[in-house]
Amino acid sequence: MMKMKDTRSGFGAGLTELGKSNPNVVALCADLTGSLKMNEFADNHPERFFQVGIAEANMMGIAAGLTIGGKIPFTGTFANFSTSRVYDQIRQSIAYSEKNVKICASHAGLTLGEDGATHQVLEDIGMMKMLPGMVVINPCDYNQTKAATIAIAEHNGPVYLRFGRPKVPNFTPENQSFEIGKAICLKDGKDVSIFATGHLVWESMLAQKALEEQGISAEIINIHTIKPLDERAILESVAKTKCVVSAEEHMLNGGLGDSIAQCLSKNNPTPIEMVGVDDTFGESGKPKELMAKYRLDSISIVNAALKVVKRK
Amino acid sequence: MDDNLNAICNQVRRDIVRMVHAQSSGHPGGSLGCVEYFVALYFKIMKHNIDFEMNGIDEDLFFLSNGHISPVLYSVLARRGYFDVKELSTFRTINSRLQGHPATHDKLPGVRIASGSLGQGMSVAIGAALTKKLNNDSSIVYSLHGDGELQEGQIWEAAMYASGNKVDNLICTIDYNQKQIDGSLDEVLPMGNIANKFKAFDWKVLEIKKGNNINDVIDVLNEAKSLCGNGKPICIIMHTEMGNGVDFMMGTHKWHGVAPNDEQLTDALNQNPESLGDY
Repeated sequence: MMKMKDTRSGFGAGLTELGKSNPNVVALCADLTGSLKMNEFADNHPERFFQVGIAEANMMGIAAGLTIGGKIPFTGTFANFSTSRVYDQIRQSIAYSEKNVKICASHAGLTLGEDGATHQVLEDIGMMKMLPGMVVINPCDYNQTKAATIAIAEHNGPVYLRFGRPKVPNFTPENQSFEIGKAICLKDGKDVSIFATGHLVWESMLAQKALEEQGISAEIINIHTIKPLDERAILESVAKTKCVVSAEEHMLNGGLGDSIAQCLSKNNPTPIEMVGVDDTFGESGKPKELMAKYRLDSISIVNAALKVVKRK
Repeated sequence: MDDNLNAICNQVRRDIVRMVHAQSSGHPGGSLGCVEYFVALYFKIMKHNIDFEMNGIDEDLFFLSNGHISPVLYSVLARRGYFDVKELSTFRTINSRLQGHPATHDKLPGVRIASGSLGQGMSVAIGAALTKKLNNDSSIVYSLHGDGELQEGQIWEAAMYASGNKVDNLICTIDYNQKQIDGSLDEVLPMGNIANKFKAFDWKVLEIKKGNNINDVIDVLNEAKSLCGNGKPICIIMHTEMGNGVDFMMGTHKWHGVAPNDEQLTDALNQNPESLGDY
């Protein structure tokens, strides 16, 4: 039985390790320490933990300032409050100012569930990837989120690390190394390339099995880093399969699919179907119900694959 | 020394009006009003190293939050030796390090954060002050803010944080010229008593009654320095005159972001004798 774990706990575990291994790592939180699983870091290193209260704009500015003198700040709040609420602060004080801030965002996408659309940000990848110099990462499970958290401390520059609330299968290796911008092929295939990020990587693995039963061989590639995009991995896979499905828990406008389509149209125009949210807000509900209703589940990926294979 | 500082102020005022005139673009009013503050800070008050290093370890740091008064910052940085004064002629031109609003992107020595979109600099200054504490660095962090800029909500998030967390190595100065783009503060959005607002946020508040008198500026900044480390952030309400030193720019908000024409430039320069040599 696959162990179920939340990606946010992977972030918390990674931060705990960084607390021990890197004295320059500091953390800030806007009144969501428990939700972000930052308690252990806060307890272990109270002098390096800054509780800023419900004031996300101030948190981003303080994080920018903390870098001056050599600290590596990790900010923690929900994805919506990590991006759209503070976009101008990130743009000017962090991205344009080239500050070494790690913006760590939990509860991204629809799987936040019952809280509804006010909290279900689906535009964050788009907003963040448009900022020059910003690295955008959306790991797929607990183990990968932990590895990514540890890895971004070694990258000099601003990073957006996106993860989620629900417990999902923890299927990638424990204590894996994480290379920013390096896509991971999880399953070789020859008929269709499925490029997925975040929670939809697991859904793609389920889709792969269903497609196999229908005689379609799907290649599953985990694009944990949306920016910089591993264009080489994408083009190599597409050279073999000749058609593409992108899958993400994000708006179609501005998401991973957009980035892949741009890469393909410039280099090797290829049929593509995109699984994502189509220009609408979310709503309250159970994560699984929402993923089904907004067509972000494995069935939707299978249907997209069947459709795109016919377009070759 | 003070005569010397006043001579520097005259030259900085010449630099400001010449820079803004050359591109018919920029913000002379607030820049002219803050000349004494900048000259005091960079020539008298701060412990700083003109061989610029971003981390500024064991140095006092300055953050300009109201970035539109970049001309006075650039002039003072150049006159202090951070970069060649000749570079002032590139202000607001293509491929220049002297962007319309200050930026770190092009590695201009002396600038540690981009500013221009208002209200962000106090938070940044707090962050830098916290890092100094973590590093056991007893230096001081200074910042400057416009009075109109206090209308931005982030300022008050920062103000609440700084006092609540005893960030007492921080001296934030408010350029209280009582003017903003669309008119006086009272016409645009009455601010009430700004000193009392900061006192209510549990800051130590000082006042520079004559912000265009260099001795007054130095005296109060020295007093503020002596009060650091007492558990409270320090706010200085600095009364200045927008456009100070150029008679036709004073007493109005209209020179906030307007450049002088050729005739007005000559008039302005005649009021501020060259002391260090024009760039």
